[in-house]
Amino acid sequence: MNETREPVGRRARYVMIPSALLAAALILPTGCRRSSQPSASDAGGSKMEIQNAGSDTMVNLAQAWAETYAEVNHTVAVSVAGGGSGTGIAALLNGSADIANCSRAMKDKEIAKAKQQYSTEPVQHVMGLDALAVYVHKDNPLDQITIGQLGQIYGEDGTMTKWSELGVEAPDGNDDIIRVSRQSNSGTYAYFRETVVAKGKEFKLGSRDLHGSKDVVELVGNTPSAIGYSGMGYATDHVKMLKVARTAGEEAFAPNMQNAVSGNYAVSRPLYMYTLGTPSSHVQAYIEWCLSPAGQKIVEDSGYVPNRK
Amino acid sequence: MWLTMPLLHRPKWKVVGEGLVEWLIRICGVSAVIFVFAIFFFVFWEAKGILFGEDRLDLWKFLTSEEWYPASESNPRYGASALIAGTASVTVLSMLIAVPFGLGAALFISEFCGPRLKEVLKITIELLAAIPSVVWGFIGITIMNQLVMRIFGAPIGLTVLNGAIILALMSVPIIVSIGEDALKAVPDSYREAAIGLGVTRWQMLYRVLLPAAKNGLLAAVLLGVGRAIGETMAVLMCTGHAVNNPFNTTFPFLHPLDSVRTLPATIAAELGETAQGSQHYQVLFVIGLLLFTITFVVNMTADLVVKGIKGK
Repeated sequence: MNETREPVGRRARYVMIPSALLAAALILPTGCRRSSQPSASDAGGSKMEIQNAGSDTMVNLAQAWAETYAEVNHTVAVSVAGGGSGTGIAALLNGSADIANCSRAMKDKEIAKAKQQYSTEPVQHVMGLDALAVYVHKDNPLDQITIGQLGQIYGEDGTMTKWSELGVEAPDGNDDIIRVSRQSNSGTYAYFRETVVAKGKEFKLGSRDLHGSKDVVELVGNTPSAIGYSGMGYATDHVKMLKVARTAGEEAFAPNMQNAVSGNYAVSRPLYMYTLGTPSSHVQAYIEWCLSPAGQKIVEDSGYVPNRK
Repeated sequence: MWLTMPLLHRPKWKVVGEGLVEWLIRICGVSAVIFVFAIFFFVFWEAKGILFGEDRLDLWKFLTSEEWYPASESNPRYGASALIAGTASVTVLSMLIAVPFGLGAALFISEFCGPRLKEVLKITIELLAAIPSVVWGFIGITIMNQLVMRIFGAPIGLTVLNGAIILALMSVPIIVSIGEDALKAVPDSYREAAIGLGVTRWQMLYRVLLPAAKNGLLAAVLLGVGRAIGETMAVLMCTGHAVNNPFNTTFPFLHPLDSVRTLPATIAAELGETAQGSQHYQVLFVIGLLLFTITFVVNMTADLVVKGIKGK
């Protein structure tokens, strides 16, 4: 009755190939890890580690610091992770990071939590300045924008949804403004909300909430009718940075170093590192090095504004 | 007698060892059940504060409001209906694409192609199932994004349609392999009888095979649906991640060129940031419970449907 059906043995082979692969995949990494573990802990004995986590805006900068510091000081290894300012603070508070990178100041709630858990206050270090740029596609005719217009575009009560309301036509002819924003744990999101959308107000729902500073710029570069905000260090050839004026009628300033330092550019903010109390000496030394002229040179090279005291 | 002798004289360690192995295997078998219950319990435990505690979540609002402002400092609002609509839209559209393709491929592989081609196709389709979802996400962001913008003239390519196509590609292998199994389970006597009556291939397919295998094919579709609802990474990358309800009351009821955000993507994007035990954290676990329930119901239905064929 079943002569033409596949014999069982044949079917079993299909199952066996993937499961054999799976078994190999499971065994191999554990095998490697086991054998490499002693050497890793050996390295830990001679090298001190600094765990540095937080802001996505600062991740490139932190990486550059860590790499250069490895050449300066061979006894310390700095490992850097992104994830957002909130993630960095969470990591600092649960002990998995020594330094939290933050593109916003710590909230009272977070400071209270640190006090309660470690009975010590978090220490703030201002590492530099970031001018948050408003990006549009490179072919977009718009050159400048006011904070009020940005609030109208991004805010929950805002009514501005068309490029024609700004007096321009998007390069692809699509009149709808495509808002690109960030995920809600990002310091950039919180800072932009506070500065542009106004305190206590929320973003208009329906924006594309991307997960990284670079992703925002990339999407805006690919999307002719999009507008987005991100650190000015992330500019590419595919996007244009808008000049920003505080109110209509005032002069608009480009997001660059001079305007950020002079305070003329309205959307710029400090970049912080947080530690719990006074950190151990090698962490302290690292932060001091980052603030030294050599460290601040890297801030400038990464597209941010150095902290000149 | 000589057969039982060696059995009686087995060394003790062999007897004990055998017993141990038997127990080990038994534990392995039961462990899946324990894990499922443990996971459900854990998710429920993390969410229970906001479900039954003092500051309780308004479930009606949670299911009907579109206002998702979990990170608001002044007035956090947890309305998940736009997220539910986002998940539903991507799932429905992806099934509209995947079901015809998947069932068609299953029919072709099972009934129409020769044995050599069959081998090649089956292995290739299994390979399709082995591509990690984050790689699908890359394809969605880089290639599909541009294609959707060019072909459909959409202002932005990260849309329901993009996510649905990627999800369809991911669930087709499941639909094909389970659908093919269902067709294979139709006894050959049915085919022989049909051919003996002189019907064409198409008539045999339409009148004999599809009715006979319909439970199995339905199960294949449902498992594809389960895959689509739960998928996180690819959808997070492809759909634009915007809190937005793509459904409306006028034809065609669904805007495939809108960006949306799905339930699993929301959990993935936001859980990392939330303080453990906070309201937002607990609400994300409520979303987890909701997802768990949906996939549980879908899988259960699929299971019962499959039981249906065996019972006959």
